This record gives sequence, C-alpha cells and structure tokens, in this order.
Amino acid sequence: MSADTDFVDYLLRRGDDCLVTAQRLGEWYAGAHEMEEDMALANIALDQLGTARLLLTYAGELEGEGRDEDALAYLRDDPQFRNCLLAELPNGDFGHTIVRLLFLSAYQWLLYARTADATGVDERWAAIAAKARKESAYHLDHSAQWTVRLGDGTDESHRRAQDAVDRLWPYTAELFESETTDGRALDPATLRDDWLSTVDKVLTEATLSRPADGAFEETHTGGRRGAHTAHLRDLLAELQSLHRAHPGATW
Amino acid sequence: MSAFAAVAAVPDPELRAVTIEDLGILREVRQEAGRVVVTITPTYSGCPAMDVIRADIVAALRAAGHPDAEVVTVLSPAWSTDDITAAGRAKLAAAGISPPHAVTGGPVPVRLAVRCPRCGSLDTEELSRFGSTACKALWRCRGCVEPFEHVKAI
Repeated sequence: MSADTDFVDYLLRRGDDCLVTAQRLGEWYAGAHEMEEDMALANIALDQLGTARLLLTYAGELEGEGRDEDALAYLRDDPQFRNCLLAELPNGDFGHTIVRLLFLSAYQWLLYARTADATGVDERWAAIAAKARKESAYHLDHSAQWTVRLGDGTDESHRRAQDAVDRLWPYTAELFESETTDGRALDPATLRDDWLSTVDKVLTEATLSRPADGAFEETHTGGRRGAHTAHLRDLLAELQSLHRAHPGATW
Repeated sequence: MSAFAAVAAVPDPELRAVTIEDLGILREVRQEAGRVVVTITPTYSGCPAMDVIRADIVAALRAAGHPDAEVVTVLSPAWSTDDITAAGRAKLAAAGISPPHAVTGGPVPVRLAVRCPRCGSLDTEELSRFGSTACKALWRCRGCVEPFEHVKAI
C-alpha cells in the first residue's frame, strides 16, 4: 500500500470512530433518565459528528476519488468502515454507555492531545486534533464523573457498571493495534500505557476493578480492517436510509 | 460600508447579543482582486451555526455592495473563549448570559465563582455541564433563584 493509502485509512479509522459514536449517542436523545443527560449526550454526539465531518472530508480529498463526507458516511457498506468494534456495540443500559464513553474518550483525548503537540505530523490532521482535544477533554470529564457516581453509588448501579467494564474490556485491545503511519501521524499503539493509567485512576475512584492484562486469550478485533459485528449493519441501515432512498437529498 | 464593517456586524445566530467579531470567530477580511475573502473559525467542530454564519456573511457583504465574496474556514489556532472581546463579554452579561472566565490566567490556578448575570451574586451552582448549545452550561443562582446560561471556558 502506498503511504497515502495508509494515511487515508488512518483518518478513516478516526473519523469512523467519531461517526459511529455520534450515531450511538444520538439514540439516547429523549431517552436518558433526566433532561440534563439528554442534552449532555446529544452535545457530545454533536462534537463527535463535527470531528467526523472534518476527518472524512480530509480523507476523501486525500483519496482523490471524488468522495466527499456524505459519500463516505452514507454510501459505504459495513466492510468499508474502519471504526473499532467498541464504538459499534449497542448502547446497553446507561452504565454501559458511560463506561464505553470513558474508554473511547480517554483514547481520543490522548490521541488528539499528543497529535496536537507532536512535531512533524501532518499539519491538517494536527489542526483537527487541536480542535477536538478541547471537546474530548469535556467528554472524558463527563464520563469519568458518571463512572464514579455509578460505580461508587448503589449496589445495583455498581453491579451494572462493573458488568459494563467486564463486558467491554475485551474490546479495548483493538484501540491500540499498531498502525502504519509513515511519520504523518502517531501510532495508537504508543498510547496504551497512558490510557491504562488514565482509565485505572477513574475505575479505582469508582471502586470498580478491571480484568488483569492477559486475562483474555482472545480479544475482539477486526473493525480496523472492516470485519465488523452485525450491529454495525443495523446502525448503518438507520444512518444511511434517507440518503440511499433519496440520493443527494438536502434541506 | 467597508467590507470589514459589514462582516464585523453580523450577529452570531445562536448568541444574538454578540457579533462574530465580539465572539472572536472572525479571523480576517481581505480584498483579493475585487473579491472579498473572509476567514472564520468554528467555536466547536460540530457547531450547527456555521452554515448560517457563512450565509449571513455573504448576504451582509452583498447588501454592503460587495457581491463577490468567499468565506474560508480555518481550524488553527483552535478557537478559545479567551478570544471573546471585552465588549463581547459585556454584551453577553447584559443579555443574561454569564461570560466565561479566562482559560489562560495567572500563575495560580483558582476555580473562579460564576457571577449571576441578573443579580450579581457569586452564590451560584452548576445544574448541567451541557446547555442549549454546545458552548454553554446551565447554572442557577442561589441568591435570586433564577437559572441562567454560562459560556463554558475552553
């Protein structure tokens, strides 16, 4: 693969993480337990969507095949998506949604912050990262506060939050798979130690425990190369239905 | 009217009390061979007001006698609430929206109290970290018991 193809894939992985996360968080709208949380999750979804648009637009330009953000978001099938499996899993209960957001936003925040401060990385990607880091710091803060509240809350909220950590943990290894970047971007594999200490700090305060390293013989991966769960197909069916039924529709 | 004056007077569609210049999202207005090129930056990446702002800028320039205009969006350096001008902060407060504290402050980090824009009390509390738009949080004054919006410092 050429250096450009690798970097386009890199941008698609980041952009698809954001797009799929935005869609999942949007499903909570008018369904959370309080109106403040409806607004919070919708606002976070909006930030994720904004970053997705910037990344997909850039990936499309670099690819040079005339695909814009809409073509990439609405006209690819699931094997062409590059998001991690963690992002596409169904929301589950509120605890699952929050723990997933904690894992993802800690990852995004570290990646954006490192990229914005790095020298030699692609200039436009660094500018997008510098923009997104401020927003993702807020997402991390919000999910961390809720994780502590749920984990260190009632017996039932603790049980559910712990269940979320146990179920979602095997999906986190995929975030740190090594990616070829040709010096234009940071390899996500370099983030794992800092991600672990960020997440561990929150889990400890929340009185939650996480599986030890090596506790799982198999981790769930495949999303980065297009091997997705069936959940992504369902998500895309809803996301893409209007555009596919009415190509080029605008309002 | 000069191109700059026309663009600088465009109000933000979601914070009507302030202009895009007050908000610090207007970066540059320049003339290029008879065409006006305006550079703006988004507050938040997903800010849905950006399309409206672009259209409002083009309309304001046309009305001021500059029919040939282009609006360019830049991301770097990323917008900060520190870019809101002193006049912008005063207008926000007058409209009942509490302005943000400084992101880059002095050598000692202190969490500043948020002042109620209605009664001036510092006895206030955060109700929700997210508000009606991406840039605001919801607060309440314990003095006059009124809720109010606060622009989040980023």
